Amino acid sequence: MTMTVHVDIVSAEKEIFSGLAEMVFAPAELGEVGISPRHAPLITKLNAGEVRVKVSASESYPFFISGGLLEVQPHLVTILADTAIRANDIDEAAALDAKAKAEEALTDKSGKIDYATAQSQLSQAVMQLRTLDRFRKRGG
Amino acid sequence: MAVGKEIRTKIASIKNTQKITRAMEMVAASKMRKTKDRMQATRPYSKKIGKIIKHLAQANPEYKHPYLVVRDVKRVGIILVSSDRGLCGGLNSNLFRKTLSHLVQWDNANVEVDVCTIGTKAFGFFGNLKVNLVGQVSKLGDAPHLSDIVGVIRIMLDAYLEGRIDELYIVSNEFVNTMTQRPTVEQLLPVVACELDENLNGHWDYIYEPDAKEVLDNLLTRFIESKVYQGLVENNACEQAARMVAMKSASDNAGNLISELQLIYNKARQAAITQEISEIVAGAAAV
Repeated sequence: MTMTVHVDIVSAEKEIFSGLAEMVFAPAELGEVGISPRHAPLITKLNAGEVRVKVSASESYPFFISGGLLEVQPHLVTILADTAIRANDIDEAAALDAKAKAEEALTDKSGKIDYATAQSQLSQAVMQLRTLDRFRKRGG
Repeated sequence: MAVGKEIRTKIASIKNTQKITRAMEMVAASKMRKTKDRMQATRPYSKKIGKIIKHLAQANPEYKHPYLVVRDVKRVGIILVSSDRGLCGGLNSNLFRKTLSHLVQWDNANVEVDVCTIGTKAFGFFGNLKVNLVGQVSKLGDAPHLSDIVGVIRIMLDAYLEGRIDELYIVSNEFVNTMTQRPTVEQLLPVVACELDENLNGHWDYIYEPDAKEVLDNLLTRFIESKVYQGLVENNACEQAARMVAMKSASDNAGNLISELQLIYNKARQAAITQEISEIVAGAAAV
């Protein structure tokens, strides 16, 4: 039997995933990390991107988060997501729309729009689209 | 017939009031369901972050974050969560009474107090008192966003980091059940963990990425924010529940009042008729 670790993913609004997994992949600030069971204690910030929970060799669940924190204990992995959405739930049209709006805002530097906000919106939209793409390629 | 005109208008006006209180009761009941759902939805997050904080308290970090260090108390800050509207029974006044008793205690111990209020009721009450009001936010509605309250939290956290306050408390109502709401005072800063996890004994520490200060700053700020947010949504659920109960008893009281007045009116009417008849009879006998 393979070793498993308990994984909890929660966002401020609701609980998103709770259960056992063989491995968890998360977009840490210093690069993507993969957490196996009995990993040393770790706390790190997460960037916007995809969190993947590998439940078994054939089954894994992707989630999109727009930032957050990751805590690792040998027997427990907790992800506090700012907003986590099931990757299947991402509405591609909405993401594309948000991207278009953000790009528009970036080119229009007349001063009215906050440059930093627009950039973060753009990066989120791009991340959502990338997650969706990868999800599709895997044949979801 | 001119009998009891005042009584009839009185009954009509009480009936109108009863209609209003009944409508408010039903609105509060449906809103309570929604706010309760919202309150329950935020629970997993605050539970999980509380757990991480507990783990953190057992770690042996080289870096001591200011939020975790206990200092001598010369001045405290409180964040007071109240409702925006009245007509919710004794909810706010109980909360204010509890706050005042704490203020008196601090005053006796020569500890000064800074207050931040959330909700118009608290602002209205403490704005008139001689307390040091450093920030306020109100009119958040039934579905408050975290971003709405970040401002007041920031004020308090900055004050704590700069050493202007040494402890931070949150005062809000706890939702026990629909009939009971309990005012509570909870310490937010410095962060204290109560029960410890036995699995984590021994000397260990986290690996912090990118560095301890940044990560802990981020984590603890989130922790405080989630606590205050939780307090806010819980207080919202309390408000609707309290309003529902208050309006229900108001409708019941109006009902009692109406039946009493109706009785008085009927008696007066009957007396008038009897009198009229006896007058006619007496008149006929005299002819």
